[in-house]
This record gives sequence, C-alpha cells and structure tokens, in this order.
Amino acid sequence: MRKRTGTRLAAVAACATFVLAGCGDGGSIDEETEANESAAAEAGDCGDINMAVNPWVGYEASAYVVGAVAESIGCTVTYKELKEDVSWQGFGTGEVDVIIEDWGHPDLEKKFFADSGDGSAEDFGENGNVGIIGWFVPPWLAKEHPDILDYENLNDYAKDFATSESGGKGQFLGADPSYVQFDEAIVSNLGLDFKVVFSGSEAASITAFQKAEDNKEFLIGYFYEPQWLFADVPLERVALPPYEDGCQDDPAKVDCDYPETTLKKVVSTSWADEGGAGVDLVKNFSWTNDDQNVVAKYISEDGMSPEDAAAKWVDENQDKVDAWLG
Amino acid sequence: MTATLTPPRVEPDAEPPVVRERPSMPRWAWALVVVGVWILVYLVTKGQDTLALPGREHTDLHETLTGFRDDVLASRDTNPLIQLTYNIGQAFVDLVDWAQRMISVPDLPRPVPQIGWLGVTAIATWVGLAVAGWRIAILVGASFVSFGLFGYWSDSMDLLIVTFVAVAVSVLIGMPFAIWLGTTRRPAVVAAINVVLDILQTMPTFVYLLPVVLFVGIGASAAVVCTVLYAFPPIVRIAGHGIRSVSATTIEATDASGQTRGQRLRKVQLPMARKTIVVGVNQSIMAALSMATIAAFVDGPGLGQPVLAALTRIDVGGAFVPGMLIVVMAVMLDRTTTAASEASEKAARGGIDLRRRRIVLAATAVLALVAVYLSRQYFWAAEFRETSWGPSLADAVDSFTEWFTDTFQGVTEGFKDFISSVLLNPMQSLLAESPWYVTGLAILLLAFVFGGVRAVLPTVVCLAGIWYLDLWHDAMITLTMTLVGTLLVMVLAVVFGVWMARRRAVDLVLRPLLDAGQTIPPFVYLIPMLALFGPTRFTAIVAGVVYAGPVAVKLVADGIKGVAPTTIEASRSTGATAWQEITKVQLPMARGSLVLAANQGLLYVLSMAVIGGMVGAGALGYDIVLGFSRSEEWGKGAAAGITIVLIGIMVDRICRAAAARTEGGSPGTKARN
Repeated sequence: MRKRTGTRLAAVAACATFVLAGCGDGGSIDEETEANESAAAEAGDCGDINMAVNPWVGYEASAYVVGAVAESIGCTVTYKELKEDVSWQGFGTGEVDVIIEDWGHPDLEKKFFADSGDGSAEDFGENGNVGIIGWFVPPWLAKEHPDILDYENLNDYAKDFATSESGGKGQFLGADPSYVQFDEAIVSNLGLDFKVVFSGSEAASITAFQKAEDNKEFLIGYFYEPQWLFADVPLERVALPPYEDGCQDDPAKVDCDYPETTLKKVVSTSWADEGGAGVDLVKNFSWTNDDQNVVAKYISEDGMSPEDAAAKWVDENQDKVDAWLG
Repeated sequence: MTATLTPPRVEPDAEPPVVRERPSMPRWAWALVVVGVWILVYLVTKGQDTLALPGREHTDLHETLTGFRDDVLASRDTNPLIQLTYNIGQAFVDLVDWAQRMISVPDLPRPVPQIGWLGVTAIATWVGLAVAGWRIAILVGASFVSFGLFGYWSDSMDLLIVTFVAVAVSVLIGMPFAIWLGTTRRPAVVAAINVVLDILQTMPTFVYLLPVVLFVGIGASAAVVCTVLYAFPPIVRIAGHGIRSVSATTIEATDASGQTRGQRLRKVQLPMARKTIVVGVNQSIMAALSMATIAAFVDGPGLGQPVLAALTRIDVGGAFVPGMLIVVMAVMLDRTTTAASEASEKAARGGIDLRRRRIVLAATAVLALVAVYLSRQYFWAAEFRETSWGPSLADAVDSFTEWFTDTFQGVTEGFKDFISSVLLNPMQSLLAESPWYVTGLAILLLAFVFGGVRAVLPTVVCLAGIWYLDLWHDAMITLTMTLVGTLLVMVLAVVFGVWMARRRAVDLVLRPLLDAGQTIPPFVYLIPMLALFGPTRFTAIVAGVVYAGPVAVKLVADGIKGVAPTTIEASRSTGATAWQEITKVQLPMARGSLVLAANQGLLYVLSMAVIGGMVGAGALGYDIVLGFSRSEEWGKGAAAGITIVLIGIMVDRICRAAAARTEGGSPGTKARN
C-alpha cells in the first residue's frame, strides 16, 4: 500500500513536471557547452571587472551600461550589490574593482587614497554626471505658493509643514544617512522654525514626496538629482543662500546651499595597474545626466531588468559607446 | 532587524515558591505613585539635562570607537588574526560557489548548473519522503516548483545553500556549547553563556556587518558568518535547555550501572533531549532565514537581493514575490524539521515496517536519479521556463496595495495622529524630556517595584552603560516606541490569543498568517506602510507590531490552551458567562504565558528599531543605519547598537525578576480566585 502510494505520487509528480516544462525542444546542453568553450577560446583577453552596484537606480544604470559594453569586448563582469562604505573596503582585497558613481566621501578618500591612506583606491576622473543636492518641495506646492521657493518665506508656512513628528514646528524631511547633510545646522543658523526629521532611507523619502504630491500635502526635504523620481514628480528646488567656497567647512556653522557635485569614478589601484581594454573603457566612460535618466527610467518606470535597459541604451547610442572604446 | 524567531526564552529554573506576606499595597499602585511623582518632577524640570545629541553629530567617545575600527582596518594586511579569518571566509566562498555551480548558476562553460531544477526538486522531495513521510514530500516538491514558477529559482537555491552552510556551522560550533550549558554545575558559566547569547541576539546586525566584511570579505563569506552569528544562539539555548531537562531520576538510575560521564552524555542525555535539540535546529534555521535580506546588504547571495533591488525602485510587487518565497522556504523547512523529529521518534519506538520503508525509498530513489539524469541532459529539465506567474502576482499585489493605500490613507493617518498625540508624544516627553537623572531614577524605582531587589543591579548596570555611551536621549525615544509597540502587541495577543484558543477554526486560519508575518522580510511591507503612515515613529511601531505580534499571539494562545479543562469545567458548572470564564479563569491562569509574551514581544519590537530608523523614526535606529552608511560615524552606530543591547537586557531582567516574584506570590493569588 505504502509503496504504491509512493510510486503513484512520483509518477504524478513526473507527469506534472513534464506538463509544466512543456516538454521543451531546446537544443542539447552538450552542444551549447562546446559552443561556449570555443567562444571562450576566441574571445579577446579583456580581464575581469568586479563592479560595485550601490543601491540607487541611477548608479545601477551607469554600472550596467559600462558592464554591457565591457562584456561586448570580452570582459567578465561581476556585479556586487553593496553600499558605498563596503565597496571602498573591497578595493584592497580585490573584491571590488570599480565604483562608477561616487558622490564624494572625504573620510574614505583619506583612508584609501595613496597620499594619506593605504593607496588601495584611486580617483579615475569624472563620469560626466553632476549631482545637484538641495531642499525640494513637491510641484503642486511650488505652483500654488511660489513664494515658498525662497527660504526667507519658509517661516510663514512653518505651521503648515507641522506633522506628528515635528513637535509643533515645521517638519523638514532629512534623507538617507548615506548622504552628506547639514540640514540641522542650516535650519538653526538661518533661524528657521523647523525640525529635521530623518526619513532614514531613500525609499522613505521618495514615498513621502509621492504621497505629498498625490494628496497635496505640505512637504519640504533634502533631495537630489539625477534621480528617476523627477520623471514622475518634478520636485522644485528651494533657494537657500548660495554656496560659496568654504561656507560648508565647519559643519556646525553651515548656513548656505549645497554645492554642485561632479560625480566621479573610483577604482582599485591594483586593478587599474594591470591595464587592458576594460580599464581603458572605465577610464573613458562619461555620459550626461540625461543619458543616465533615460536608462534609469527604463529600469524604474518601465520595469526592465538593468541588463535589458543597458543593452537597449547601448543599441540606441552606439556613437557614444564607440567614443568610450576609443 | 536582528530578531529571531526564537521561541520563548528558556526560563531559568523556577525558584521554589517563597511564602511571603502580600504587601499591603499592590505593585501597580506603587508604580502609579512613582509615575505620578515623576510627572510632577517632569513638569518643573522638563527640557533640562536631556543629553540630546543632534542626528548628524557625534561625541569624543564615538570618535574613539571609530578610531579603533580604523586601526583594525589599517592593519588588515599584517594582522595575523585577520589573515586567518579571511582564509576561513574564502573557504566559505569556495564552498558556496561550488554548491551554486551544482544547483543554481551555470557551471561555465556549461550553460546550466550541473543538476537542473527537475533533479534538485526530485532529490529534495525524496529527502522529504525519507525523513518525514509523503505529506512533507509533497510540501517540499510543491515549494521547490514554486521557486521556479515565480521566477526566482537561482536566488532561492542560493538562499538555501547559504542557510544550510550557516546552520551546519552553527550546529557544529553550537552543540559543544549546548552540552556545556546543559551539564555544567556552575551557575557562573550558565550566566556568562546567557549574557553572550543575549548580546548576540539583541545586537543589531548593521553594527557588525562592516567589521565582519573586514574580517572575512564581501559576499557569501560575510553572508555565512553574519548568519552563523545569528543562528548560533537558538541552538545553544534550546539544546542546552533540553539536555539540562533530562530528569534527574533517569540519570541517577543509569548512573547506578556505573557509566562514565561520556557514556551518560551519549547514551542518556543526548538521546533523551533529541526532540528539544531538533527544535533548536529548527529555530536556528528560522533565524538564518531572517538574515536573508540583511546579508544582501553585503552582496550575500539569495532571495534578499531581489527584495532590496525592488526596494530601491519602490516596487512593492517586485519585493513581495521574493519575500513570499522566503516565507514558503521558512514554512517548508519548519514543517519538515518538525515532522522529521516526530517521524524519528516513531521509528525509534519501532512504529514502522522497516522492510517496506526500504523498498519504497529505494524505488523512489531510482526515480529521483532518473530526474537528475534528465536534468543534466535536457534544457527543459535543467532551466525553469520563464512563466508569467511572478510578474502577474507582482502586478496584482501592486494594484491591491494602491487600492488599499488610496482607500484607507485617511483612516490610517487619523489613527496614527491619535496614537501619537495621546500615547506616544506624552510618553516620549516624560521619558526623553525629563532630565536624565530623573528618568534614570524613575526607571530604577519602577524596576524595584516590579522586580524587587533582584532587578536593581542589572538595571543600574544597564542604565549606567546607556548613560556612558552618550546616546541617552535617543535611547529614551527608542524605549518609548518599544513600550508603545509592546502595548499594542499585547492588546493583539490577548484578543487573538483568546480567540484562537477558544475556536479551533480560527487557530487553523491564523497560524499560517502568523508564520508569514514573522518570516516575511520587513523590507517587503515598508513601502505600503510608508504610504499609509508617512515617515514617522508610528510606522516603525507598526512594523514592530507586525513582527512581534505573531510570537506573542502564539504564546498567549498556547498558554490559554494549556489551562486544565477541569478548571474550565468547574467554572462552567458555576454558571460563569464566556466573558467571566475568559477574564476570571483563563487569563489569570495563563498569566505566566502573558508575562512571557510581553517579554518576548518587547524584545522583538526592540529588534525592529533599526528598521524604524529607515522609516523616519530616528533615534537609535537612525544612528545605527548612519553608522553603517558613513564610515566616519561608525563609532556612533556601534554605541547605538550596544545601547540597544543594554535596553534589551535591562527590560528582560526586570521582566524575569517580576515573573519570579509573581510565582512566589502565587499561593495568595490562587486563594483569591
């Protein structure tokens, strides 16, 4: 009895799997193995690239586009999902070769660049993207109360920005802790009647801005471009006293806007020293915010996988790609 | 984010009941007096000496901690310890990599893994049949097929590999400790092991994620080591408890035959504790799975990666599908280990026909081998065809979430504002805005009122530690959120626990939902919650309640079910109504479970503090995420992590002391019924 149940079950399971798999017709595995072997023998020697993938969509766009091009010239690309700090730590051990979009990490540079640290990492030049950091409000608010776009008028609206978290003051939504932020100092040094509440993650900030726009709620917070959210909700920037050299040197005394950040590539020194087509590609890579936004939109809005999105952009922009390949 | 699915903390051996005069004034009245005086003092002193530290500032102590980390980092090329651990890490990488090429990723130049999905599913199903019978075999087979159908075959196999490696290592290292814990006669050893386990279980993972990467490298090695650190305490605690609980009479009886200590251990203690040891393994597996998403932060392979990737594009459905598969895997492994332990008991008692069993297993093994052969030869059996199941489910979840948030946003915002203004804000003002010495003294007095002298020393030590770590104000905010969360958890636990205990159908429906709430990664439901409540402390509390509620509900339900039927019949014969029966008989008799549920609930809510930091709750959770995200703030994050450990240990010790006193006073309570 027991045995028959077992056999019958197995038979049922086998039938079911055949049906599920649709009794496919794909060629033989052995043939493809041989094909792969000969392809590997023919491919040029481009080497390996360990590409850090930091957790935001714009970064993913840059990383996978470079990766797609690298693979097309025969490199082996391994993507590693890591936050910034961990990525830098990986240069010295050979686990990470490339950070393709770095927003500036003075503390890490001190530890890992040659002049002050162990020299495991090096600056590989700008990647063409420009980071714009600042205080933003949802578009409906900018439209209905245009004067809100000047920080001097913010106190008039402080009450409207109050939430359950802000203790009677206006709420200023601070961002993911990964980013450089001086908002607590700016608020107090400009005499604004606001309290900084940290969203704690990019996901929380994005959801808050989407919700504020949908429900016409008051919200002001730290945000940045390039970011795919702008395609969906074009946030408006609030003017702070303009940035001047040195005005952000003492964190406690900051009372000015954030500077524009030129984003750069950082790579492992030992990897760069080996040289090769992959290293040259990363060295030459440079594109605009618009380019990145296109790919980021493919990923976030159209739900494409990063690989497909990158392949599509590479297809459509062969001229730009050729320039990187020199 | 560092909680486990640990079952009830094993209670220390109950003390013999002390017959004591009941104090003339009950404890809650004394507590009210303390709180009343505290409020009065708060009104005149609020805002002074609160030790508040702005979110992006740190102190010299934090700087020192960061400096220590920097020194270790700078020495990594010469430090022999790091060289050693790094090599161990590489061994894990090689092992995981080999297993991945066997079952999850193409073993180049082969376009597919060595064994395809059909072969893996067949082997797993056969193992299920062999260890636990055909029901479990069906469950296992269906689970594996679901991994492929929803489009996450490779990530699922990766998670399975990491989980197995980590649990195997945990058991290997853990069993000697468990035996030590179970056989030692020195209370100091027990206390020391327990403190270490408490620290491992309450320390937020983000704090040691970076150091672990430093010692063992990125990827599979870091994933395995973090998971081991977390899966290790349950096996030691539970297996140790099982060994210790083997009855003294059995040991004495067998000792009479003149056995050595080794013989006693091998022949008596370990076999008799087998069932509890399996529970320990089971809980280790659950703890390991709860690390899946955390490990993904350092490129740990597994289902956590797609969950995190979906989070960065606010893709609720995309995070739900892999999250749900983690739940499927947890349920599969949980039911399999439980059934395997029952089946082995049955086999040990000679309850099955061995000959027939061998024939069945041999026949099915042949089938499994055929499946393996097919999966090596043909693409259809090697690679799961892409189906629309995953995307369709993701779309359905998306539209449901959208509808739900649009419809209920108004209600939920109102509820959030209500709880914030009547409960959260006043409590936070009292705890965090009183001068630190006032709050500290008040907590100490409350600890004394509830836990007696026994609670005083741990409370003093923990409070001093919290003060020393320079994050007092944040600690008090986190404590407030934890207390409010625990209150909500207990309301749920009593309502649903009683309902489940009294109606079997309710129990059957709710159990799987509770399992899901406990094992689904919080990252899956953060976005909908943010849409409902915004980035607030309340969002963090709700996340904590979702996670802690199931444990508390189960404990209360089991406690009430454990009330002797004769007692209930006796009360029915006196014509008690259902309400009287619940409030006068069932709840008071299950008081031990209620205390345990509150204790566990609180620790679970506390363990979600880090997640809270990611949804706008600030305080210690934010400090920890900050420390993980920005290298110069690591010291502050570490201080916040230790502070959370201290809060957890303090509350736990007060609860235990209070529970012990309740036991002591029980004769009087019984008389009152």
